[in-house]
Amino acid sequence: MNKIVEKEYFSEKIVKIVVEAPLIAKSRKPGNFVILRVGEKGERIPLTIAGADIAKGTITLVVQKMGVSSTKVCDLEVGDYITDLVGPLGKPTEIHNLGTILCCGGGVGVAPLLPIVEAYKKAGNRVVTILAARSKDLIILEDEMRKHSDELIIMTDDGSYGKKGLVTEGMEEVIKREKINECVTIGPAIMMKFCSLLTKKYEIPTVASLNSIMVDGTGMCGACRVTVGGKTKFTCVDGPEFDAHQIDFEEMMSRLGGYKKEEVDKFDQFQK
Amino acid sequence: MERSEEYIKNERKQDWRVALQKKTKAKDRMSIERALMAETEPELRIKSQRIEVNTGLTQEQAILEATRCMDCVNPTCMEGCPVSINIPKFIKNIERGEILEAASVLKETSALPAVCGRVCPQELQCEQKCFYVEKLNQPAVAIGYLERFAADFERESGHLATPELRPSNGIKVAVIGSGPSGLSFAGDMAKLGYDVTVFEALHEIGGVLKYGIPEFRLPNAVVDVEIESLRRMGVKFITNYIVGQTASLDDLKADGYKAFYVGSGAGLPRFMNIPGENANGILSSNEYLTRVNLMGADSEESDTPVLRGKNVVVVGGGNTAMDSVRTAKRLGAERAMIVYRRSEEEMPARVEEVHHAKQEGVEFLTLTNPIEYIADENGRVCQMKVQKMELGEPDASGRRRPVPVEGSEYILDCEVVVVAVGVSPNPLIPNSVEGLEVSKWGTIEVVKDKMQSSIPEMFAGGDIVRGGATVILAMGDGRKAAKNMDIYLTEKYLSN
Repeated sequence: MNKIVEKEYFSEKIVKIVVEAPLIAKSRKPGNFVILRVGEKGERIPLTIAGADIAKGTITLVVQKMGVSSTKVCDLEVGDYITDLVGPLGKPTEIHNLGTILCCGGGVGVAPLLPIVEAYKKAGNRVVTILAARSKDLIILEDEMRKHSDELIIMTDDGSYGKKGLVTEGMEEVIKREKINECVTIGPAIMMKFCSLLTKKYEIPTVASLNSIMVDGTGMCGACRVTVGGKTKFTCVDGPEFDAHQIDFEEMMSRLGGYKKEEVDKFDQFQK
Repeated sequence: MERSEEYIKNERKQDWRVALQKKTKAKDRMSIERALMAETEPELRIKSQRIEVNTGLTQEQAILEATRCMDCVNPTCMEGCPVSINIPKFIKNIERGEILEAASVLKETSALPAVCGRVCPQELQCEQKCFYVEKLNQPAVAIGYLERFAADFERESGHLATPELRPSNGIKVAVIGSGPSGLSFAGDMAKLGYDVTVFEALHEIGGVLKYGIPEFRLPNAVVDVEIESLRRMGVKFITNYIVGQTASLDDLKADGYKAFYVGSGAGLPRFMNIPGENANGILSSNEYLTRVNLMGADSEESDTPVLRGKNVVVVGGGNTAMDSVRTAKRLGAERAMIVYRRSEEEMPARVEEVHHAKQEGVEFLTLTNPIEYIADENGRVCQMKVQKMELGEPDASGRRRPVPVEGSEYILDCEVVVVAVGVSPNPLIPNSVEGLEVSKWGTIEVVKDKMQSSIPEMFAGGDIVRGGATVILAMGDGRKAAKNMDIYLTEKYLSN
């Protein structure tokens, strides 16, 4: 179980792995995530599922090297096993035929966005996708996204690829041009916050998928709590997707740093 | 297996029991003082999460303590045991020095004797019903200590007894959750000849016994041996598997499972919903204890981080609060404090746990309630505002209701706050099973005494039904469910 059958470097720090997990491949839906652990002393970390192949019994994960645990995942090679892998977790994305959907992905958030784009397209929507990154080498899954989108727009901060500018600039252009029925945003918290502010201005219903800190992923620990519409929700069992206009992004971003010092200490120790 | 009254009476008349009854006079038995449990010194034990506080009785102590037991004609102690252990029979086996035999008596009805001997609130169960308490107003026979002694003796001897099993009937049943309730159910069903598979969401078997209860009270190695005993009885375990998510109930039915027992626990922590509660550094006892107990975050080798602070406040007065605050002490807190809104008398924690916490230097701020948290410029909690309380009229729980004292607010410094004010049922199973009747609190509705849910082939017990109780009550539910599921399955598949 959980053998890595494929590995690809999207960039120096972003790795795609394909893992044997036949049951999860069969039961996962767009928006679901898994929790995995590498090594007997490993930490449990959540990762959103980027795709699955039921026939091969595999799921695809995209990981960015950040701290000890993500580095350990990225360092695994084809043939290695993931010590523990559980899922699918979280509520799946609600997919309906709504008209035109604007899907905005930033950084590794593009990976979990892919199955959502696919599903919206399949449900009969017109899908306009915007991929955003700092520079060209950080744009991932472009071909796959192009395949499932009616239109694909690429935005880079430095203009090294696609259009120069932030994701919100690309979004505003589309919003001014055509009627958008719903927006989905997945990426760094700060990006989702600004996407949400923009769509709020234009009154476009928007969903954001959150990547909170979690331990078990089943509702048990409460580390992933987030304020949505003034109420405390658990990202793992109530989410990971929420109405973006109701999310307290300031609190969410602060909570992402809740173990920052401890994580940096662990990483320093790991690198020695 | 269930033991009828008559069976118990006949057991008592066996030659060896009669001989023991005659050997020592009642007066002499009563003149023995209750054994004292040896403990590791507080200064030493707070240095590590993994040093057990209670160290167990010696064999001499155990035999002497067993001699106190009167071997009553009507053993009322058994009425106090949710899993109906044949208490006099195991104790008298200790008295005659047949410790392994005593251990196998425990295993007749309990899947986890070494666990129960450590964490059961015996003072409110078997020991409360002991002849010494009921009739003599003296300290009860130390049934819990003796249970632990027999179970530990067996484990250390390496001669693990496997209870008698009925021949296999080939019927597959699934257990959802590997906590005390699920394990107790699994043990009984295996004895009844069923093909039992336990599905666990986490990567370790044991549920709250592993993620919740700290090793200084219940070493993981002790839990593992009990699980090994179940494996030897043919119980299969599958980790990293969430029934209803990884695969549906229908998938399992297609796989041949005929019935299900849900023991998925109360894994959804409650918070108080007071201002500032989502600041960093404020976490549930579940998160805090899981990081340390399950993930080993107290050790440098673990990749899992845990928050440490000079001033750690734990909010609540139950056993989980005691486990958390004593963990904080072991993680190096200078001040480890309990903030509890009622007085010490109303605390739900066991007296022993409170006593141990005090020995270890834990401060108790009782009749004190948090009303607001204050965070620093980085969003990390640095202070809490608390209010003094006084006790008013009794409330629904029968305990005197705490009432705020106007103008009594003051500020407490704290860098870590652990909220241990209770848990709600985990929503995963109730949400994923169509047609399952659930109460407004999210607990699974069952026919009392049968533990059968609105779906006939699904039984449930433990915290997912009770909403938060003890290890032993969860185990009792597991036994009850096994007995009734056996009747249900026998009627449906085995009787012609």
